[in-house]
Amino acid sequence: MILAYAPQAASLPMVSGDEFVPPGPEIFYLPLIGEGEWAITEQMVWGGVSVVIICTALLMLTRNLSIVPSKSQFLLEGFYNFTRNGIARDMIGSKDFLRFVPLLFSLFTLILLNNWYGVLPPVMNPTYGRIGFAIAATVVVYVVYHWIGFKRYGFTGYFGHMIPEGLPGFIKPVIFPLELITYFITRPLTLALRLFGNMFAGHILIVLFVSAGAYFLTQDVVFKLLAVPTFLMAAIMWLFEALIQALQAYVFTLLSASYIAGALAEEH
Amino acid sequence: MEGNLSLVGYGLATIGPAIAVGLIFAAYINGVARQPEARPLLQPIAILGFALAEALAIFGLVLFFL
Repeated sequence: MILAYAPQAASLPMVSGDEFVPPGPEIFYLPLIGEGEWAITEQMVWGGVSVVIICTALLMLTRNLSIVPSKSQFLLEGFYNFTRNGIARDMIGSKDFLRFVPLLFSLFTLILLNNWYGVLPPVMNPTYGRIGFAIAATVVVYVVYHWIGFKRYGFTGYFGHMIPEGLPGFIKPVIFPLELITYFITRPLTLALRLFGNMFAGHILIVLFVSAGAYFLTQDVVFKLLAVPTFLMAAIMWLFEALIQALQAYVFTLLSASYIAGALAEEH
Repeated sequence: MEGNLSLVGYGLATIGPAIAVGLIFAAYINGVARQPEARPLLQPIAILGFALAEALAIFGLVLFFL
């Protein structure tokens, strides 16, 4: 099970001769202190470091704000406005969006940096490749959007709000369980699994190409030649992953905003 | 040669989401080509649709390892 640590590698020899073991889920288990499920892993440390990096960078960049922005301030404002206007205002609407901007901006920066760890040389391991991190981020969003929904519509009103308006009466009992499953199970499940699965699969793909290339180098001449396109493919995948990781951070924030908007919306 | 049949299963399972993602972006490109000023409106919708279709492929990946 991927949720736990260190499963056995599937045996799937790709080249005859010495055994080539393709990377499996165990490459994500990197304990630093301790053993088993409660070990302090490399990802936990890098996750903490990412918070420090983001805080220092934002504090430094926002220290000397001026009306005529400097170059760094201009870039930061563009980045902030992307989240504020491009995600929060467009999805939630101009009435309520402002109080969710801090949450969405934190989610976006944190996930973006932690995902880009997967392609940045000193780390080369996306934090969200461990499902616990994805679940933690999802729990925050899950609590927030239900909390504001219950707060705005009341306990029973929120459940009534889940049913789309303008449906004939006889179909409502059929739609209601479906909406209940959507709100309470499908949405958090897909939100966590999408982020986790993308980081997990992308990292395995890069490690697969790199380790296969390294394996080819230890074989005879024909295979040594094969190492060149394999490493080239690894480089292409590396670039592709950088794109996917940014996109996944955007998608996570966008979906969080859309779930918040769904819990607040006047009409469905 | 040995292997795992669920690998083939997962390969087959990705066909559906792959076609779905292709259709979504085809529609998005079509829309932008016909009306370039609609781009900021269409982009989040296209990305949302892409993310929802892609979730099915991710489910397959998770089920493969479970």
